[in-house]
Amino acid sequence: MTSHEADQLALIERVRAKPLRFRDERITMAHGAGGKATLTLIEGLLAPVLGLRELDDAARVDGLALTTDSFVVKPIRFPGGSIGDLAVNGTVNDLAMAGARPLALTLSLVLEEGLPADELRAEIEAIAAAARTAGVEIVGGDTKVVERGRCDAMYVTTTGIGAVDERAQLSPASIRPGDRILVSGAIGEHGTAVMLARGEFELEAPVESDTRSLWPAVDALLDAAGPALRCLRDATRGGVASVLNELARASGTAMVVRERDIPVRPAVAGACEILGIDPMYVANEGVLVAFVAPDDADAALAALRSVVGCEDAVEVGEVKTEPPGLVLVETAFGGRRVMDLLVGDPLPRIC
Amino acid sequence: MKYVDEFRDAELGRVLAAEIVASVEPGRHYKVMEVCGGHTHTIYKYGVDDLLPENVELVHGPGCPVCVIPMGRVDDGIAIAKREEVILTCFGDMMRVPGGSGTFLEAKAEGADIRMVYSPLDALRIAKENPEREVVFFAVGFETTAPSTALTLKRAKQDEVGNFSVVSNHVTIVPPLRALLESPDLRLDGFIGPGHVSTVVGARPFEFIPADYGRPIVVSGFEPLDLLQSVHMVLRQLAEGRCEVENQYKRVVPYDGNPAALAVLAEVFELRPHFEWRGLGFISSSGLKLGPDYADFDAELRFGVPGVRVADPKACQCGEVLKGVIKPWECKVFGTACTPERPIGTCMVSSEGACAAYYNYGRFAREREVV
Repeated sequence: MTSHEADQLALIERVRAKPLRFRDERITMAHGAGGKATLTLIEGLLAPVLGLRELDDAARVDGLALTTDSFVVKPIRFPGGSIGDLAVNGTVNDLAMAGARPLALTLSLVLEEGLPADELRAEIEAIAAAARTAGVEIVGGDTKVVERGRCDAMYVTTTGIGAVDERAQLSPASIRPGDRILVSGAIGEHGTAVMLARGEFELEAPVESDTRSLWPAVDALLDAAGPALRCLRDATRGGVASVLNELARASGTAMVVRERDIPVRPAVAGACEILGIDPMYVANEGVLVAFVAPDDADAALAALRSVVGCEDAVEVGEVKTEPPGLVLVETAFGGRRVMDLLVGDPLPRIC
Repeated sequence: MKYVDEFRDAELGRVLAAEIVASVEPGRHYKVMEVCGGHTHTIYKYGVDDLLPENVELVHGPGCPVCVIPMGRVDDGIAIAKREEVILTCFGDMMRVPGGSGTFLEAKAEGADIRMVYSPLDALRIAKENPEREVVFFAVGFETTAPSTALTLKRAKQDEVGNFSVVSNHVTIVPPLRALLESPDLRLDGFIGPGHVSTVVGARPFEFIPADYGRPIVVSGFEPLDLLQSVHMVLRQLAEGRCEVENQYKRVVPYDGNPAALAVLAEVFELRPHFEWRGLGFISSSGLKLGPDYADFDAELRFGVPGVRVADPKACQCGEVLKGVIKPWECKVFGTACTPERPIGTCMVSSEGACAAYYNYGRFAREREVV
């Protein structure tokens, strides 16, 4: 590499390190995809105007954790779950990632005129069942109906409250060079299941959403590693790649991931290969990424593997010092490359 | 994954890399152009260039279907999409390509009905499902994707789908390569030939490269081992003083191409006298438009597009990047004013664009220690 190229790369990193500015004239679908456009919207508009200081999965207030999340998935039912399951597990998991035992949820429904009552009943029953499994109560809510075409079957918002576990000291700022990066299970299942369920690809594969409560996994990790557990994220929208990028940026560290260790089941790998999509960017609803101090990583991994749904947990990489803010992949082929945030949704390639 | 993992075998990669090292003259610098954007993507995604010796340089070529779309064509697409009755359909890669007045993604946010499809047949299906609307497919791509557009048009004609039409931006691979080889600033030792295009056109059309310009070319597959082997084959030709068309991608590419696909192209399309390429200007006989038998399905005729030529932004050096004259990072706006979030040039948009591939995957000082 010439010094000119190195200078240019250094300049780019300086440009990237600047605070993000929201300059778009309109909201596009990219702003909802969990990549750079979403980050720009949050860091460039929402956080500064609202005075949000910490951008985490859940806010912590006096020993309690509070979070809210909206669900607009289409179709509302897909192999392995439905919007009702997501609405409970998604919010429960945001609490869990803050190290909080989920206690209660409120539920807000926006229903489209004409929605068949059977479909609604099925979702309410799914919500009740998922809440029982996750050990949370639904304690209140709200219902609105909008004209046909003003929403897509139903939108669900849940707000959750949890008790921050006293063993938990989780924060992106706690991440240190040397920490090990664990992934709790096979990745890309939820996003692939939903993509295929949309029926746009004329592809079929036995893939089910991994939607589940991750509190049992967090409980086991806290038990095994305590304060050595530095930070947790569930790898939802944007996938594992986006989580790693956000945390590398937030903690000012580098992260190096070994591609060959990343767990991807053959059906997901095959579907993604055909579509030209990297499973690292595909959404999960039951996979977390954990950062653990090196001495406790083995114990944490063993604990994680004992939890139902996390049997395939693995260590996939390590936190480094240089180059700060970047996520690098050691490819299975023996090369090395950057793994950046995407701008918007991963798009299938032309040819 | 069977039949894929075999071509990503790291051990075989190291063996090939060692053979490459053994086949180069130490003092000589080799520049080999991979023509196809799909190859560029593979090189960066797998870190193939990490396995090459320093004196073997891969130069990225013009074979990225999205990168070569000039701004005016995007504006034409948006003008059609903004008509009340129109549903414009296109491949996902097109959504973020900047025209003079924004992108399809922005036009969609402003209310245009623009839908992403995965096959032109999906566009035809949308037309059949929406008989009261005009459904337009914004077609891009080399001979790789042109046959699927042609087959869709044949189906539309057969089924008499009157509300379906196509904006053809299809291009052919040989004219830009010839233009490139005519360029006085060209300093290339050989070519990695585009595998996907060759499944249709075959390897034979590239015979002019060794015959007229004295450069070897090896048509290559898209897995990392394919590329390493093809680089090795080019270097071996150079070492042995041979200069010919070789086909590394024999498992897919017949030397004479796919006659059925070529026949349907000839039936549906005809060559335009000239077509504008992003950054490369007008190239004679390089674009495909709908032939007389399919003129009824030509959206450019049906809607009367503005057809205004929009000059590339001054700062943008996509043309030099597409010709391999400069590396992506040598462009004045690379990574600063032009990023994947806010692309100025097309090469920063598609995952096959050299700038996007370099920015997303290669933006990393390799000597710099990871500690």
